[in-house]
This record gives sequence, C-alpha cells and structure tokens, in this order.
Amino acid sequence: MAVVNDMTFKMGGEAGQGADTSGHGFAKALTRAGLGVYGLQDYMSRIRGGHNFFQIRVSDRDVQATSDAVHVLMPLDLETVHEHLNEVVPGGAVIMDSRLKVDDGLLTSRGVKPVRIPLTEIAQREGGNKIMMNTASLSVAAGISGLPFEYIEQVILDNFGSRKGSKIADANIAVARAAYDEGAREFGPDFDFKLEPRPTKPRMLINGNQAIAFGAAVAGCRWISMYPMTPATTITEWLAAHHRKLGIVVKECEDEITAVLMAIGAAHAGVRAMTATSGGGLSLMVEAVGLSAMTETPLVVVDAQRAGPSTGLPTRTEQSDLQFVMHLSQGEFPRVVLTPGTVEECFQAGWRAFNFAEKYQIPVFILTDMNQSSAIRAIDPDRLSLDEVTIDRGELLTDVDLDAMTEEYLRHKLTPSGVSPRALPGHPKGIVLTTSDEHYEDGQAVEEAEMRVLQMEKRMRKLDLAAQDIRAPLVEGAADADLTLVAWGSTYGPVHEARLLLAAEGLKVNHLHYHEVWPFPTARTEQILRNSRHIVDIENNYTGQLALVIKMMTGIDIAHRVLKYSGRPFTGDEIARKVREGVLAHV
Amino acid sequence: MSDLKLFNIDEKPTWCPGCGDFGILAAIKQAFSQLDLQPHNTMLVSGIGCGSKLPYYMKANGFDALHGRALPVATGIKLANHELNVMAISGDGDGYGIGGNHLMHVMRRNPNLTHIIENNQVYGLTKGQYSPTSDRGYISSTSPEGSIEIMVNPMAVALAGGATFVGRGFAGDPKHLTQLIMKAIQHKGYALVDVLQPCVTYNKINTYDWYKERVYKVDDEEGFDSIDFGQAWAKAREWDERIPIGVIYQEDRPTYEEQVEELQKGPLMRWSPERPRDVLEAIKLEFV
Repeated sequence: MAVVNDMTFKMGGEAGQGADTSGHGFAKALTRAGLGVYGLQDYMSRIRGGHNFFQIRVSDRDVQATSDAVHVLMPLDLETVHEHLNEVVPGGAVIMDSRLKVDDGLLTSRGVKPVRIPLTEIAQREGGNKIMMNTASLSVAAGISGLPFEYIEQVILDNFGSRKGSKIADANIAVARAAYDEGAREFGPDFDFKLEPRPTKPRMLINGNQAIAFGAAVAGCRWISMYPMTPATTITEWLAAHHRKLGIVVKECEDEITAVLMAIGAAHAGVRAMTATSGGGLSLMVEAVGLSAMTETPLVVVDAQRAGPSTGLPTRTEQSDLQFVMHLSQGEFPRVVLTPGTVEECFQAGWRAFNFAEKYQIPVFILTDMNQSSAIRAIDPDRLSLDEVTIDRGELLTDVDLDAMTEEYLRHKLTPSGVSPRALPGHPKGIVLTTSDEHYEDGQAVEEAEMRVLQMEKRMRKLDLAAQDIRAPLVEGAADADLTLVAWGSTYGPVHEARLLLAAEGLKVNHLHYHEVWPFPTARTEQILRNSRHIVDIENNYTGQLALVIKMMTGIDIAHRVLKYSGRPFTGDEIARKVREGVLAHV
Repeated sequence: MSDLKLFNIDEKPTWCPGCGDFGILAAIKQAFSQLDLQPHNTMLVSGIGCGSKLPYYMKANGFDALHGRALPVATGIKLANHELNVMAISGDGDGYGIGGNHLMHVMRRNPNLTHIIENNQVYGLTKGQYSPTSDRGYISSTSPEGSIEIMVNPMAVALAGGATFVGRGFAGDPKHLTQLIMKAIQHKGYALVDVLQPCVTYNKINTYDWYKERVYKVDDEEGFDSIDFGQAWAKAREWDERIPIGVIYQEDRPTYEEQVEELQKGPLMRWSPERPRDVLEAIKLEFV
C-alpha cells in the first residue's frame, strides 16, 4: 500500500554540481503543492569538489526537522551513493544515471530500487547541455512519486525568470518532461511513496537567516555593518539585495571589530543598527560589546553559531556559544539573549531585538546556528505577521522634548528605572557626552566610589526591567508530564517531533523550549521543572550549557542529557531513541 | 566665526603641566570658532590615552570610545548623521598601533572626517613604554636596550594608503596648528593631521627643543605644491634633520557618504524606523 505525503528526498554531489540550487527549486515546487516542506543544506568549506547534499522532507503536516530515513536518493556522483545508501529505506529508490558505476545488487539486497534513467543523455538530447542532469534527476523523482508535472514546470519558469518561449526555460522544460515521463512510466507503478498536492493558499519558503533579516527590516533597521563569515553572511546578503527598497546602509568592513563599532557609532547617532557574525567574529567584537553597555548605546548582534572552538567545522552546526554570549566582555552589565528556534521565532527575534536594544540601551544578542540559518521551511505567510510588530524606541528625546528642556542634558542621568532619556547628537540643548570610562551623569569620567556604585546600580536595574519583557519559555504537551524535554534555539523542531513520537507510545511528556534565554525566566522554569518527574536536557553542544544556566539560576540539577557535538543537527527519531535508551531504560 | 567661549567647559585637564595636549586643545577650539562651528553640530570621537581625554575638556558632543577604535565609531556616526562635523582623536599608539588596520581602510573610504593624531612617540598613560612612532633605539621600560623596530612613518603611510589630506602640525606652534586644523576640517574627505607633541614626563628625547630645531613650514618652501604627489612623497621621507609641517598633500576625491545612495536624501538618522507597509508586504511575497 502506498505511503502518501511522508517522504524525504536527498540529492548529493560535488560542490559546484548545483545540488543546493536544484534542491531549492524542488522544495519550492513541493511548497506550491501545499505540502509541509523542510529543506536542509549540507556543504563543506570549499567552492569546488568535496561532498554536498540537499535534503528535503515532505509531509502532510508542518515539518521542522530533518529525518534519518531517506526515500529517494539522487546521487550526482558515486560518493553520494556510498555515503548515503544506508539511509535509504526498503522500498525507497536511488535515481541515477544509467552509466553510474554502482552495483545494483548493493541496492536490491537492501530492498532499495535502482531507478536507472539515461539522465545525462536526456539532458544532452532534450536540453543540449548535460548540466541539466539535475533537472532530469528531480523530474524523475517527481515522476515516480506522482507529483503533477505542472509544479516542476512552474518552478523552472520562475527560476529562469521568463515566460515560455525563452530558450533556456524551454530547454529545461523539455529535459524535465522527458525525464518525468520516463520515470513515471518505467518506475512509477512499482514505487510506493507518493505525493498528492493539497490545495492551500500560497505559502512562503524561508530560512532562519532570511526571517531574522526580514524581522530587522520590519523593525526599521537602517544599518548593518559586517565582515563575511559563514553562516551569518546571508543575513547581510539578503538586506543588501533589498537595500533600495528598504533604505538601509550595508557596510562590509575590514574586520568584525570595525563592523561592531560602526554599528555602535550609527546607533549612537540615532539609527537602528546591527551586525551579524559567527563565533570567531564575535570573539573579535567582545570589547566593543562592553563599550555598547558602558555608553548605553543600543546594539543588535546576531551570532550564527557553528562548531568550534576556533575555526572548528566552518559549515557545521552547534549551540556552543550560549555561555559565551551570556558572559562575554569584562565587567558586569545587562544584556539580552534571544534564542529563536523556528523561522517564526527568528522573525520575532529580528524585530524584538531592536526594541530591547533601544528601550534598555543595551547590547542584544540573537543566537542562531548553521542549521537554522540555512534550513528552509514552508509556512503560511500569516505566521510572520506584520500586525504583531511594534516599534518601541524607549526614552528617546524628540526635538520638541529637547526644545522644552530647561536644564543641562545629562546622558547618563540617574533614574529610578535605570534608563536615562536618550538625546541624539545634533540638538543645541542636548550636547551628548559619553565614554567607556565609568562616568558622572553628564558623561565626564569618574573615579570616585560613590558615583561608580550609583552608575553600576543604575545600569543593572535595566536588567530587572528587561526581564519583564522577556517571553516565558514555551511549554508544549502534557500539563502533568512525567517527562520534560528541555531545549533552546534550533533544536525546537527535532525535540517537538521526539515529543510526539514518545507521546504516541503513551508517555506523558512535555517540551520546555527557551526562545528568550536572558534575563533568565527563573520563576516559570521552576514552576515547570519542579513538577516534572524526569527531566532531559537536549542540546547541540558538549557541556549542556542551558542545563548549567538552569542549575545556576534555580538549583535544579538536570541529570539526563542528550548532547550532540558532531556538527550535525538532531533528528526527531534520534532524540526519541536516545531518550528511550539513555533515560527511560534506567528509570 | 562663533564665540570661542562656547567651547569652554568647567573641567580641568588631568594632563601634566607643559603637555603638548594643551596646545592641541586650544588649536581645536580656535579652529572650530573660526569656522563658525557650534558645540551641538560637532562631534569628537576619541580612543583611549592621554590625548584621547580631550573630548572631556571642551564643550561639544563627545564619545570616548576604546583604545585604537576612534575611527570606526566616528565613521558610523558620520554615515548615520553626515550633517555633524565629526573629528576623530587618537594618540600614536592608539592610531598607528592598535588602530592601524582602521587607518588603512578609512583612507580608502574617504569619509568626511578630520583625524587628529597626537603623536608624542611614547605610551604616556601607561607610563612610558616605546610606541609605534618611537625612534629605533629608544630606551624605555619595555625596551631597556633600545627598540629594535623602525618607527612608523605616518606621512608615508597616509600617502601610500590614499588619504586625500595629509598634514603635520606641531603642538609648540598653536597658531600654525590652528590654521592646519581649519584646512583639515574644510577638506572634503578624510583628513589626517599628525601632531608632533612632546611628552614632558616620559619622552626626554623628542622635547620641545628637539622639535623646534627641526620643524619648518612647507608653505615657506619655494615651489612646494601640496597637490604634487611626488613632492609630497619627498617631504614625507624627511625626518632626522628637518621635519616638514603643514599640508603635505591634498587631493579631490568623492567622499564615502557622497557615494552611498541612501544618504543622498539627508541624514540616515532622520528616517523613521516605520517602513511603508506595502513595501514590506511586497518583499514578503518574494518568498511565496
């Protein structure tokens, strides 16, 4: 019996063979067919050669994680077969060129179907260029699984930005048509994994970095300065591609020190400003983050984490900078750390960060990671709602306020809330003096103990205030759970899936997901965790950094941990399995 | 011309008596006044060091940043509000040492900034270590047998790096320095003013007398033309016997902010963060 709308496609090859662009096009076709789509790119730190793949999971429901099981493998080279054949489920298919030197027995002995089609020949014959072999391969995949051809055709037309009749679009469509028909005719009847379009309204296909950048755009960010670093660069690239429409200045700098300091300068002058980097660049920004805190200049920093330490695995994922961003830079100061785990939360972090930064005049971090940066997901556009966005610039003095001012303006005025009304340089009544030294209210450097204490307490009061704005962690699942899965950031998807798998086995399980980690939501954490019999911490790092924060803030010791630091993201199956084996087997 | 007193502030400098920084402070105030600037439309951005305390000692917008980091903060401020007259202030360690990479790249960009580098050829605030502009052989607590590195040549570095205004002044001649700073402010683009400034406490070699014996004004040289790169290069190479002061080199090149599309309709900071809803909705549709 056929399995409908629950399968995973994987296309792999050398860098430069186009697995990612073709894969993205296929994901778009599936999105338009109304299916749940989650696409994951996996590449090496090189421009040519090596081994890259693009994996697309399709479902009837909204999927937010990749899976271990692959149903259709599309190798563009031999290595892909060797690397990934063991992931293909019995009944699954390997779509390959007729001439690819693979022993079909390797496949059939595992119950996997060799789908041999003269892909290169079709590409040459119908399209005049063997580069269209990717198109041919994906069209076979569509053909054997029964996705109507119109979806493939439409994406080809979109990709080549032209109507029918353009040479390159026509050539690709001819290749696609021939490959699709041959696949459907020769192998479709024997292939049990099928796709059926579901009518829905148009949906978006978006990744985490695009969602952060779009959130920043909606928040009125008018400045991004940066230095290129994977996996953060695509945030800037997206903003740069839209700079005219958005009226945003994009500045590539000589290093991350400059990038963050230019953002601080721009913010000081009155512009909503950000920078985006990964751990190595963030390490260079450390001193400047303290400057933002001391001068009370709003600052938004995105840290798209990758596997460290040092250069580490430059194109691989990890969640190992949580403790780093909580503590980086000398001295003590208030900061906010947002840890979005879905594209919706990335969008929210993208705009909320600017409100935190300006209301409290502090540095704000958005922590994302390699996996979330590039993973694409199909969503209803209403999930990124412009209606929910507010722009709150905090106590920013207008020209009218300043005109009416009778006393000397004090940039670092001591106030009950800790927030000092902010004037922007340029108004005759608001001369702004600030400094990285400890200072008096007027911005003059100070060494006396009394003012030091007052200014220190003033700054730290802002942390208590910001805590009131922090969103409580999300709790999903059973209210009276025996088992609580604790996680933060991009593990939301796989943990969510693991919870559903475990719940289906009859367990009373819930999921505590942190999307805004600092100031830490202590009360809510205690309320949830004190009622749970078994707690499992799930993180993409070695030390269980969130578990350490929980221990520090609540005294609750999470004994069970599922940790992964291979540079690869979790899958739901994997977490469920590890919870069963490592936790449930011992209680 | 604005009232010089506008820039006065009731704050006593912590500099040593006789420090060259006093002359530089007086010259900056004088230049601002002569050019009819006001405290509210000027912005002083400094690094950290003795000279970088200067923004505390005059009435103007001020941002004392990090050691070596005046330039990126100043550039960010200038690009966000290009109506402000932005001046960056560094010392020799600050500007030529730790901040050297920023110097190299600000010259390429050519934002309309004035950059004063108070060059006393020694680390003063940390109590007398040799600096990037200390002479080879300079003896200090961290170079007890004498430094074995040659000094940075700021004029040559600036010329090679593409600075559009390269000047050198002497704190012992505030009148000349005022004129030089005025020219630097009036210059459209990045203007580097290296100021020879004796450190009376730690630098016993490069004293007022040492400089006085050597400095001469390039304007007094017959036939010298500061738009001639070749002549400027020759002047930049002079040091031991004779030290030229004045405008060494000047050229016209578009400023960075003139070339940024977004800044042509006025300062970036004037734009509301609220973007038109239809623009945002249209962008969102690109994902569909």
